[in-house]
Amino acid sequence: MSTYRIVHYINQFFGQIGGEEQAHIPAEKRPGPVGPGLAFKQHFGGEAEIVATIICGDSWFNENLDLAKKTVLEMVREEAPDLFIAGPAFNAGRYGVACGTISDAVKTELGIPSLTGMYEENPGADMFRTKVLTVATSNSAAGMRKAVPAMAKLALKLLKGERVGASAEDGYLPDGVRRNFFEKKRGSARAIDMLLKKLSDKPFETEYPMPSFDRVPPMPAIKDITRATIAIVTSGGIVPKGNPDHIESSSASKYGSYNIEGVNDLTSESYETAHGGYDPVYANKDADRVIPVDVLRQYEKEGKIGKLHNWFYTTVGNGTAVASAKKYADEIAEKLISHEVDAVILTST
Amino acid sequence: MVKEIERAGIPVVHICTVTPISLTVGANRIVPAVAIPHPLGNPELSPGDEYELRRKLVDKALRALMTEVDDQTVFDS
Amino acid sequence: MKLELGYIDIRGIRFGDHNAVEEGILVVNPEPLLKPVLEDPLIKTAHFEIAAPGESIRITPVKDVIEPRVKVEGKGGVFPGMVSKVDTVGSGKTNVLRGMAVVTAGPIVGFQEGIIDMTGVGADYTPFSQLHNLVLVMEPVEGFVQREYEKAARLAGLRTAAAIGELARNLTPDETVVYETPTIAETFSEELKNLPRVGYVMMLQSQGLLHDTYVYGVDAKRTLSTLIGATEVMDGAIVSGNCVSACDKNTTYHHQNNPVIHDLLAVHGQSINFVGVIITNENVYLDDKIRSSDWTAKMAQYLSLDAAIVSQEGFGNPDTDLIMNCTKLEKQGIRTVIITDEYAGQDGRSQSLADADALANAVVTGGNANELIILPRMDRVIGTLGYVDKIAGGHAGSLQPDGSIQAELQVITGATNEMGFNRLSAR
Repeated sequence: MSTYRIVHYINQFFGQIGGEEQAHIPAEKRPGPVGPGLAFKQHFGGEAEIVATIICGDSWFNENLDLAKKTVLEMVREEAPDLFIAGPAFNAGRYGVACGTISDAVKTELGIPSLTGMYEENPGADMFRTKVLTVATSNSAAGMRKAVPAMAKLALKLLKGERVGASAEDGYLPDGVRRNFFEKKRGSARAIDMLLKKLSDKPFETEYPMPSFDRVPPMPAIKDITRATIAIVTSGGIVPKGNPDHIESSSASKYGSYNIEGVNDLTSESYETAHGGYDPVYANKDADRVIPVDVLRQYEKEGKIGKLHNWFYTTVGNGTAVASAKKYADEIAEKLISHEVDAVILTST
Repeated sequence: MVKEIERAGIPVVHICTVTPISLTVGANRIVPAVAIPHPLGNPELSPGDEYELRRKLVDKALRALMTEVDDQTVFDS
Repeated sequence: MKLELGYIDIRGIRFGDHNAVEEGILVVNPEPLLKPVLEDPLIKTAHFEIAAPGESIRITPVKDVIEPRVKVEGKGGVFPGMVSKVDTVGSGKTNVLRGMAVVTAGPIVGFQEGIIDMTGVGADYTPFSQLHNLVLVMEPVEGFVQREYEKAARLAGLRTAAAIGELARNLTPDETVVYETPTIAETFSEELKNLPRVGYVMMLQSQGLLHDTYVYGVDAKRTLSTLIGATEVMDGAIVSGNCVSACDKNTTYHHQNNPVIHDLLAVHGQSINFVGVIITNENVYLDDKIRSSDWTAKMAQYLSLDAAIVSQEGFGNPDTDLIMNCTKLEKQGIRTVIITDEYAGQDGRSQSLADADALANAVVTGGNANELIILPRMDRVIGTLGYVDKIAGGHAGSLQPDGSIQAELQVITGATNEMGFNRLSAR
């Protein structure tokens, strides 16, 4: 069995060159492990070895970001490692930012898996935790004894291509990806534990922190609706009978675009819903109850609106990931713009 | 979806039953609908009355599109 | 109220020429049990199959899972308002066939029901892989009305469970547990008055066909939020009429063995004062959502709660009911913990809930229902694989040529249960 090759990045302090007075030193590479690398070696159990250590001054890295990135990337490339580890940086701000920056660059530019470690309040954590796996450490180097085994364990997982566990299991900072895992207690017991802590004003950790949503400024109103082309978009899953594109009843992997040229009314013979999240009986009987084609056609004839766009766009909102919905909406928006649609009526069930 | 289409430059009116979700996700022009399985209909009404109900909702939606808003607005009257 | 549950442990099920429980083995003679089922004009065929833990068996599509019980002493009968006549349950003595369930399966309304695997990776996600299951497989007649057939299949399962439970009437339980709940006056007694007053808000799915729940026979969507005794729930007052997106729907078994009630009763009088259970629905009209959550908050205040656990059922628009319940309680100073599950996308990168509020700062999750799993081929299928591509969480091509299934966790009955029945979570 061949051992995996790792390149390790540390700063001047952990490289035993010096403290703040040596923070200006440029990156240099030494063969084999240095400083914390020796501790890593113990935990790799012969399965992986640190073939080179890059030592770099924190100030030099942050003050010469582009040059530093280029220099270190080149040093890493020369070694062709299987994995790159930076830090742990604990609560050292510039060191944390350097670790995050360089491990992100190694991952995206060289395609080499990377890993770092730092304290959750390190500014580097906020900047890079969603980009690079960042093992949670204590706020000072005293936490080295705990940080190294956690990082080594995750490193071996990455090297072997094993599934990364949830952040709570594998000890890294939440990276924006939700991963399932089995807790020790069932949910009801966890809820009671959490409630007791909340009641006695003790710190407790929610299993799902509430997100914050971004906002889009409202577009100006339509000046003259009698000249406007209006399109219908729906997340209610209305499709031609038989669901020709097989849009899923939940977690839709696609959206459909369907022509309604000459259609004045949606009937149960020709339209239905693919949506699995609500009682489909009403929509199957009359899909106008979800997308008002009948009324808008009538208004088009009466000249109350300029035109009803001849295509409608549909997907199933039920259990469909926000990122997917966003992607469909982007594509739909592109089509709407190319067809010179002025406004959209979007219906949801 | 509402947000992405609006972000692309087209005003959107969102007709939906659960307006709190619409407000949470960030629609700007919101018209409350009838019920989740039939947002623009009511199977308990006669076909004529049901069409009338839908027509009024569409009117409200068009009015929302014609109204300048600075912030998220629910058109519930 | 005081309820004594006598647990009779079931270690196996076999077919035989009579119906009885003999030394922990349920012996089933299908004919007399199937006769009343087949009397329903909407049910074309019905038969039983047996699935034991660890066997290479896949059960799908699953409608409901029911624990057979029999009322031995006290008021009412099993599943009041559904199978027995309406009468208040929750006191007296009930015998329970523990370690088994009656599972209803077969094409229910054409699409959207769950999977129970008895072995392999799928078995880790459903609690029902650990039970000896007597599976009632049914098929509807041609040209049925969905709503009517759902009812027929629901009642067939409950009645069969009742008939099996009846076999335990005169048996001596292996274990007896007494559950007792206080009256309001008793919650202010010397031994309880210094403990935090905790309530349980149980949200019931009530969104229409295949999304309904019944309380003493009443469709929950036609109810206002109300109080119910913890032992009433344990004693079969609430039954399931829903199974769509099977991962986070409460089967009747979940109601009978509600883990929040069980675990709250376990610490009642020690660290908390478990004052009561509020049930509230998740309707499709916004006014109903507002009214029901207002009512929940009013009752919580009336009970002078300090804290509450809120459990959701389902996802999507019920996320709004959940957030309304939570924020309205929090705004009254009632500390809440909510139990939900997540739809964060197959890559886990999306927004998990459809609604959100900063006041919902204590969340327990049953996991990400969108996470992909590969269920290995099983030697035997009970029911049919014909719907796997169409059930919620499946997609065209879910069923692989080698008999394995690639789908979202959503397809597995009870996988991300929001009563906190399981250990599954996500971060």
